[in-house]
Amino acid sequence: MEAKSLSEVNERIRDGSVRVVTAEEMPNIVDELGPAGAVREVDVVTTGTFGAMCSSGVFLNMGHSDPPIKISKAFFNRVEAYGGVAAVDLFLGATQPSEDQGMEYGGAHVIEDLVAGKSIDVEAEGVGTDCYPQLELETNLKLEDFNQATMVNPRNAYQRYNAATNTSDRTLHTYMGTLLPRSGNVHYSGAGVLNPISNDPDFEYIGVGTRIFLGGAEGFVMGSGTQHNPQNGFSTLMVTGDLKEMSPQYLRAATFHMYGPSLYEGIGIPIPILNERMALKAAVRDRDIRVPIVDYGVPRRDRPALREVSYQDLKSGMVDLNGKEVSTSSLSSFYHARQIAGTLKQRIENGSFLLTQAVQPLSKVGSSRPMKQTKEFPNVGDVMSRDVVTVRESIGIEDAASRIVGGKFDHLPVVSDEDKLIGIVTSWDISKAVANGNISKVSEIMTRRVYSARLDEPVELAARTLDTHSISALPVIDREGHVIGMITSNDLSRLLAGRRSH
Amino acid sequence: MKLMLHVAPGIVRHPLIASVILETQTLLNIERAKVDAVSGEIVLDVAPDKCRLVKEAFERRGVDVVLLEIPVIKDDDQCVHCGACVSICPTGTFKFDDWRVVVDSGKCIQCGACVAGCPHRALKLILK
Ligand code: SF4
Ligand code: SF4
Repeated sequence: MEAKSLSEVNERIRDGSVRVVTAEEMPNIVDELGPAGAVREVDVVTTGTFGAMCSSGVFLNMGHSDPPIKISKAFFNRVEAYGGVAAVDLFLGATQPSEDQGMEYGGAHVIEDLVAGKSIDVEAEGVGTDCYPQLELETNLKLEDFNQATMVNPRNAYQRYNAATNTSDRTLHTYMGTLLPRSGNVHYSGAGVLNPISNDPDFEYIGVGTRIFLGGAEGFVMGSGTQHNPQNGFSTLMVTGDLKEMSPQYLRAATFHMYGPSLYEGIGIPIPILNERMALKAAVRDRDIRVPIVDYGVPRRDRPALREVSYQDLKSGMVDLNGKEVSTSSLSSFYHARQIAGTLKQRIENGSFLLTQAVQPLSKVGSSRPMKQTKEFPNVGDVMSRDVVTVRESIGIEDAASRIVGGKFDHLPVVSDEDKLIGIVTSWDISKAVANGNISKVSEIMTRRVYSARLDEPVELAARTLDTHSISALPVIDREGHVIGMITSNDLSRLLAGRRSH
Repeated sequence: MKLMLHVAPGIVRHPLIASVILETQTLLNIERAKVDAVSGEIVLDVAPDKCRLVKEAFERRGVDVVLLEIPVIKDDDQCVHCGACVSICPTGTFKFDDWRVVVDSGKCIQCGACVAGCPHRALKLILK
């Protein structure tokens, strides 16, 4: 079996004879030369990924003021940073929205502004102690004014990521971008063939201490990332790097509409081809990396998967969903991923980027379990009122009016002959119809696009439906679509207020 | 010329367009309409000389009106070529060209969907 050592590879980097290719070029080389030939021909494969990495942030040390302050609360351009670390150490998270501009400006934007050389307004509140008497301060700082600005990202560089669509009938704004109703589009994220971990899925090279390309600078793998789940092919990395060395080209703030800020980052990892096994793994193609397309129309943790596709399918621009051609697009940038793999290749070729021996391999077993929830959430069925009155669409307005007066709600669900929900009328619709005088049947005035809640859904979801559509009551349906109750915003606010005051 | 109407909750149930047509005696072509139980967004095509008249008539009824004149503009300094806009646009204005996102502005009907959908705020509709 053809093999070489890591120190031989580094020797070739130093003397300029190293042979580097990108992970996009590798599959054809292995096809042509076979794994043994590829080990002889290629020393290093470079990877790259550029996409939204929410789980990112920076430790900032501001230096001591005079009189000194022990910061309890701090804001950078009105974005709060966590002050519970030490007197003047703060952690600024990328997804924190600002106090004044909300989601349009957040931690990611502060990081981007700092890297771009801009000056940041700092406001801090102190605890006030004998050793740190100062209670408040304001200052302006640039990146160079901080003693340290160390990026520490708990979860970056996902091996692959579930693609997203939305079968509900309204547009959803998510961290997977704008998802059009009725599966109008599919969004995906990830570089596929260029993805770092997909080219070294068993961590034969990547480990604790591995030197990487992070935001244009040199960074390091600290260990596996949060939610690291290699058993299922969803490994992640925790990484660090010096923000002062990073470049605005590879760190870009973003805002997902109605979701919040995030940071687009560039990460690249070189993988040495030390043996045939590693050559074969680095020959991975887009078609070998598969992900489910999950339905964000279901607002639960366990979203149903509609089908499985490969990155090759996703990158083709169209996938088939239940017989319909649906347009796909990515949230991460393959263009920049390629540039990163290319830049890393150049740095290795010109001798300025050496490979590292991991201090410890990454764990092959991780954990991405669901949250243990110790407080039960009531379901709609526990809170709804069961004495709901329904009507058929053929009944007359007068009849409907008397039922609404006699009933307890302002809303009358309209049901079909099979007792299925088909519409709704409000007391306002009815009084308008009565006033007009020329309308005789409920079917003429009912709203046919009716929102409903399911018996077994958590009340928080019903509350969000009411809120999103500015309505005050929802018919509750069972699995067969029969109306069995009614839930109102009053029921919910009473319940939620009661709970939140505890 | 194109007008984009934002119909706020509360007035959506009124016969807005019909009443404006009657009042202004102007023909309106509805290019796109998304109206649900509570609010709506409508794009109208109006003869240039009637534009102001129609705009004011809607505004008196509490509708937010924006005049759409110029197709979408992409700020290439902000764009990272992610492609989030590609599948959102109903008319196929954006496409990948060797993984760079390019704009065929002739296709844009100024619906605005991509503007909020771009995570990098690289897309703008200039409103006059
Ligand atoms: S969504 Fe924005 S950043 Fe992404 S390709 Fe389109 S214009 Fe560029
Ligand atoms: S405004 Fe609408 S039509 Fe124009 S490019 Fe954006 S999404 Fe497409």
